[in-house]
Amino acid sequence: MIIPKLAFRNLIGNGAKTWLNALVLSFSFVAIIWGQSLFEGMDREMSKVTIDQEAGGGQYWAGAYDPYDPATIDDAPAAIPADLAADAAAGRAAPILIVSATIYPKGRMFPALLKGVDPDQAVLKLPFDRLLGGDGEIPGLIGARTAKSTGLAKGDTVTVRWRDASGTFDAADVVVVDVFQTQVQTVDSGLIWVPLETLQAMTGRPGRATVVTVPVGPAPRSYPGWGFQGYDVLLKDIKSFVQAKSLGFSIFYVTLMALALLAIFNTQILSIWHRRREIGMLIALGMPRGRVIALFTLEGALLSILAAAVGAVYGLPLLIYMSKHGWVLPAGQADSFGLALDKALYPAYSTGLVFGTILLVLAATTIVSFLPTRKIVTLKPTDALKGKWS
Amino acid sequence: MENSVLIRTVNLTKIYPSGEQPITALRDVNLVFQAGEFAGLVGPSGSGKTTLLNIVGSLDVPTSGSVEVLGEKIETLSHKKAARLRNRHIGFIFQTFNLLPVYTVYENVEFPLLLLGMTAAARRKAVRDALAWVGLSDREHSRPAQLSGGQSQRVAIARAVVKKPDLVLADEPTANLDADNSHHILHTMEDINRDLGTTFLFSTHDAKVIAHLRRKITLVDGRVTADEARTT
Ligand SMILES: Nc1ncnc2c1ncn2[C@@H]1O[C@H](COP(=O)(O)OP(=O)(O)OP(=O)(O)O)[C@@H](O)[C@H]1O
Ligand SMILES: [Mg+2]
Repeated sequence: MIIPKLAFRNLIGNGAKTWLNALVLSFSFVAIIWGQSLFEGMDREMSKVTIDQEAGGGQYWAGAYDPYDPATIDDAPAAIPADLAADAAAGRAAPILIVSATIYPKGRMFPALLKGVDPDQAVLKLPFDRLLGGDGEIPGLIGARTAKSTGLAKGDTVTVRWRDASGTFDAADVVVVDVFQTQVQTVDSGLIWVPLETLQAMTGRPGRATVVTVPVGPAPRSYPGWGFQGYDVLLKDIKSFVQAKSLGFSIFYVTLMALALLAIFNTQILSIWHRRREIGMLIALGMPRGRVIALFTLEGALLSILAAAVGAVYGLPLLIYMSKHGWVLPAGQADSFGLALDKALYPAYSTGLVFGTILLVLAATTIVSFLPTRKIVTLKPTDALKGKWS
Repeated sequence: MENSVLIRTVNLTKIYPSGEQPITALRDVNLVFQAGEFAGLVGPSGSGKTTLLNIVGSLDVPTSGSVEVLGEKIETLSHKKAARLRNRHIGFIFQTFNLLPVYTVYENVEFPLLLLGMTAAARRKAVRDALAWVGLSDREHSRPAQLSGGQSQRVAIARAVVKKPDLVLADEPTANLDADNSHHILHTMEDINRDLGTTFLFSTHDAKVIAHLRRKITLVDGRVTADEARTT
């Protein structure tokens, strides 16, 4: 028990130097926790809107459907299983038919996907009810990104060409009934939403769908020819996106941390040099070298605990403020993130994040405190007492 | 007085490999000290007094010859065993640097007891006693920087005797003390020597110390030139 007691005494005895080191180290704590919490917040926020607008509680995919392989799209649609069709009629499922198409806005040509959805569906939180009514024309709903890239606006008419189930080309005009804003790129970019029954009729695929989205809650069932996709698949892009972003950001705090560790390393070297007579004294008084090393190492480790406390003093209010008011992204930043991301980021703190960070910094501090102490072993007590440094 | 050998040096030689010209600090020193002695090394500056005390205290090793302290051979002692010998049996008073600057007076004196793993209550009593011996009871909470040279020396003395060691090695213990303090300290050490049988080995130039010695060993140029006992 004597080592912790002495380490504590030394830290207190070192006064201002101790506090300065703790302060520098605390910046690393706060930066790591702040940075990671932003990404955790980003992950949560993006997952939430994606669940609301696209993933629901999961999706049944027609067997051949592979969103990453355009060649599968026109072959994939399959008859909606009776149970799911009944669920859809009761508002507990949202079948979506996907057909590849070419659109000709203002004389130009774009590949696009037509997505048929029931305007009355109650699973996804997108304004599909705009597709209701219409007088004879085919109503289409597009997101703001598509509107921007194609130059289409509310009220515009666009010619759409597609292949029907038998492979024959057909074309029709679609009227853009509305443009909606969304943070979820994948329900917007390069696609036009149309009423499900209209698309089924247009393409000769009655009763068919490519994807059936179900609400959060019920356990997945199995239907022959359909496969259930959970969040591991549906949110995979978000996870890997956040991971990539946070990896980039971590370079920032790895640098910060390295600086802090270098400061500690230096302080330890200096303090061992500065206190060589003291060390000689400790050894002369019968303290075994191993315990002197343990003492100095523990001093470093205690420093990081002190730093955690110091960091909490200014970091906690900062982090609490952030989680209330969010971190407002500079104008334009939000959209350049590409995926579902709001204008302000709300950090999220998990106990894993906080304790993980503390453990990480503690371990790193202990290691850099230990390294210079090996010098102690080579000190001759008689020389050390005289202030010699061999 | 019981007749047990505490320290025995046999042909002790210490050579410092100092650049071109190695320095022979001790040559063929043969000395025996019984438990309970109150002895001192005298001699001109550079004659090897500190060197001898350091080797006896297991802080350094002989170049040749052998030194036995409390049954342990210094020249073959491991770091760990040397540390244990110093911790359990030897109290040091150094010529120059003595106190741990970040600790208070109380904490400095307490330190050897912490290493010994004494209980808090036993430590407190021993520290208070030792500080009373050296007349510094009222400075418990001072830091070394706030003490005079003489006061620091007295704290060092308290620390050397607080654990009631078998052997106290005192290198110029009165160097910074005035006559009154010197006599007071010496009387205290004589009391400890008499009451506890603690062996004292000094190195000194100080006539006041020499007057109290019961055995005076003169070193010149690393050699023992005289070894006189005083009968009281
Ligand atoms: N670490 C060392 N390296 C080289 N030479 C040393 C070392 N320590 C002591 N010496 C030399 O050994 C000799 C004896 O030194 P020592 O310190 O034992 O003398 P001393 O009798 O204690 O002198 P003083 O009365 O001045 O304290 C001196 O010539 C000194 O220069
Ligand atoms: Mg000397």
